[in-house]
Amino acid sequence: MVSKRAVPMRKLSMDKRLTTFEEVALGYTEEEALEEAKRCLKCKLMPCSRLCPLNIEVPEFVKCIERREYEKGLNIILKANPFPAITGRVCPQEVLCQKECTLRKLGDPLAIGRLERFLGDYQIENNIMNLNVPEKVRGSVAVVGSGPAGLMGAVELRKLGYEVTIFEALHEVGGVMVYGIPEFRLPRRVLRFYVDYVKKLGVRIEVDVVVGRTYTIDELLREYDAVLLATGAGTPKFLGIPGEELNGVYSANEFLIRINLMKAYRFPEYDTPIKLGKRIAVIGGGNTAMDVSRIALRLGAEEVIVLYRRTEVEMPARREEVENAKEEGVKFMFLTQPIALIGDEKGWIRKIKCIRMRLGEPDASGRRRPIPIPGSEFDVEVDNVIIAIGAEVNKLIQRTTPGLKVDKRGHVIVDKYGRTSIKRVYAAGDVVTGAATVIEALAAAKTVAHTIHRDLSG
Amino acid sequence: MFKVISNRIIAPGIRRIEILAPRIAKKAKAGQFVVIRVDEKGERIPLTLVDWDSERGSITLVFQEVGVTTRKLGRVREGGYVLDVTGPLGNPTEIKRYGVIVGVGGGVGNACLLPVMREFKRAGNYIVSMIGARTCELLILEDELREVSDELYIATDDGSRGYKGFVTDLLKKYLEEKVPDLVYAVGPTIMMKVVSSITRPYGVRTIVSLNPIMVDGTGMCGACRVIVNGKLRFACIDGPEFDGHKVDFDSLINRIRMYKREEELALSFLEKRGGEDHGV
Ligand SMILES: Cc1cc2nc3c(=O)[nH]c(=O)nc-3n(C[C@H](O)[C@H](O)[C@H](O)COP(=O)(O)OP(=O)(O)OC[C@H]3O[C@@H](n4cnc5c(N)ncnc54)[C@H](O)[C@@H]3O)c2cc1C
Ligand SMILES: Cc1cc2nc3c(=O)[nH]c(=O)nc-3n(C[C@H](O)[C@H](O)[C@H](O)COP(=O)(O)OP(=O)(O)OC[C@H]3O[C@@H](n4cnc5c(N)ncnc54)[C@H](O)[C@@H]3O)c2cc1C
Ligand code: SF4
Ligand code: SF4
Ligand code: FES
Repeated sequence: MVSKRAVPMRKLSMDKRLTTFEEVALGYTEEEALEEAKRCLKCKLMPCSRLCPLNIEVPEFVKCIERREYEKGLNIILKANPFPAITGRVCPQEVLCQKECTLRKLGDPLAIGRLERFLGDYQIENNIMNLNVPEKVRGSVAVVGSGPAGLMGAVELRKLGYEVTIFEALHEVGGVMVYGIPEFRLPRRVLRFYVDYVKKLGVRIEVDVVVGRTYTIDELLREYDAVLLATGAGTPKFLGIPGEELNGVYSANEFLIRINLMKAYRFPEYDTPIKLGKRIAVIGGGNTAMDVSRIALRLGAEEVIVLYRRTEVEMPARREEVENAKEEGVKFMFLTQPIALIGDEKGWIRKIKCIRMRLGEPDASGRRRPIPIPGSEFDVEVDNVIIAIGAEVNKLIQRTTPGLKVDKRGHVIVDKYGRTSIKRVYAAGDVVTGAATVIEALAAAKTVAHTIHRDLSG
Repeated sequence: MFKVISNRIIAPGIRRIEILAPRIAKKAKAGQFVVIRVDEKGERIPLTLVDWDSERGSITLVFQEVGVTTRKLGRVREGGYVLDVTGPLGNPTEIKRYGVIVGVGGGVGNACLLPVMREFKRAGNYIVSMIGARTCELLILEDELREVSDELYIATDDGSRGYKGFVTDLLKKYLEEKVPDLVYAVGPTIMMKVVSSITRPYGVRTIVSLNPIMVDGTGMCGACRVIVNGKLRFACIDGPEFDGHKVDFDSLINRIRMYKREEELALSFLEKRGGEDHGV
């Protein structure tokens, strides 16, 4: 009889969680992995595999774990996904591979992400890299952006025999995985392993290059056979309410960049400062809001309150991270919408004027639309506000690339194979879909890499 | 890694640095800037492109040593390296023929004024430059500015050179007699605020080059947001130049002060760590 419950994941002790950036989810031990793997029913229809955007053969790799054939299991994953230690950690499994797992009828779905991470960590521990690439060079491709979409595109194209150069605007490689997702969810050594792998495959990486400025797409097209745009959706949205220019108000991206990329939590050893008080309000309900809140607690904030305009059920954040945030002491105020930020005489944020919301009919996203309740305004006193209501596509490339078609929201328009309106220019990831997930960016980039290959060899 | 060709003091506390950065030198246009990070622990700061030479593959920056990063940059010797230089960033100045252009510069802003006036001159404009500094020693790039100007006026706070008083006083007097087709101002925020308020009654188009605190310089953080015409705009990708009559200078001045305490702390930390030199 299979167990109804998944083997739980051990977590870092709470005192360390609140004072360090060490990884919270500790991963399965071998025994735990073996026990969890046993639960899989090896379903013929493989709903797990079907709902994984990279169609990883879940029951196959799980079977290998059961037999302790870890390298074999790892290779099954690597055929489809070169970055298992990343996806195993950050995929929203509950809405993907684990969503229709047959085990749900009994209890918990199989902990697919945790098992995938187990093999990914095995890979890193044993330094397993498949570095086979064809000798014959088929052509050259410029990849713009080094987030998941850029890295995946580069790996796929390299394996197909292309010379690849990645151009990255920032001084570090990884996109959101290096400046956004905090270390306690995705340790930098994991990212470093894979960046190292990408380099060892022979991909060239040039940082400090802002395409649109340092090089235009036109110039890249003169040097390369194709260009893959993987520039993400990195421009922070603001609320459009009074007071957002006040000191003490951060966009989530600025906060995250200062902390994760510039190491402001080690100021003044590192030169970049961050200025936080005791009571911090975070506006939003996604992964970003959870990450920002949990970082703020680790930096010594006494109280961190998430203000979200709908209810807990509608929050788009990964379930596991909401639970972690609650455990760590993040507070939530649901059905709350800020309408103005109010500062003191020194221009520092002091309070947020809010209005209560109620849920109406479902909107286009299928979630119930929040509606303000007239006369329900109230104030929340704060020392900082961090706005985590999402990000949009940077307008820079669009403005500097005549002929590149984008939709109303600035997303680059592509056909179903990833071709943009400009010949030999392709796009994948958040720049096409708007802010989404790592795994969707990976899957899209893979498809586009094959389109590029077809177009160039066709 | 970007090699430093030369790095010398041109006035007390002000340096001119030439850095090898061929891909930036090839692309640079007047009005643009770069973001630099001196070393592994360094902050990213914006500095205006003052000159560039695509054949040599070099760019020239002029900076005031005010805090940690600019001090560190000041210490990099010839032949040493700066870890990251990204650019050119920001929208280039729209260069066209306006007619008479008054350029107003203050402090290191005079260096930023130079490439813009040079291009305006090339486009056939009549250039009136007004440059100001606290005292005559701090007056930088005077000869270079004179070369690209049809008229040049100088003001120092202490009267040690030219007119005694603010450079904005010169502008005020000028406007009482003549109305130019464009006023372009770059320097301390308060100076640009005053320039904009002086030109407003005359309805002269006034462009200011803003200098808010920046982090990435590519539109990803919003640290550089300023209120222009009642809306939030990002100076690094929407600017750095804006219509001076539409800028909310008071909130900008407030934002630039946000890290005053931290900046002092960082500086004393740097001094305590002593004079380690970079990149040699
Ligand atoms: C805080 C946070 C937490 C998240 N947590 C999760 C999670 O747990 N699970 C999950 O699946 N997803 C998560 N996401 C979303 C996920 O990170 C993104 O969907 C994913 O990174 C998109 O990948 P991408 O490659 O399209 O873009 P990005 O990761 O944004 O990478 C784009 C890269 O392109 C560079 N670039 C941009 N413009 C230029 C230019 N002009 N020239 C050169 N380079 C340029 C950028 O600097 C960046 O490095 C999170 C996002 C955030 C912000
Ligand atoms: C687009 C742009 C172009 C610029 N071009 C130049 C240039 O060509 N030459 C130059 O010397 N400076 C320029 N600046 C200003 C320069 O970026 C700052 O002086 C620098 O960031 C200071 O860094 P720091 O670590 O040395 O000093 P910090 O420790 O950060 O600051 C020290 C002192 O400088 C003040 N300060 C900090 N940031 C700014 C700022 N953005 N503007 C004005 N004062 C500030 C602080 O209030 C403090 O008093 C520019 C700024 C922008 C946004
Ligand atoms: S890549 Fe993500 S969705 Fe696919 S199996 Fe792994 S955890 Fe599930
Ligand atoms: S659906 Fe669940 S139980 Fe069935 S094969 Fe997939 S992971 Fe195993
Ligand atoms: S400096 Fe980050 S958005 Fe302008």
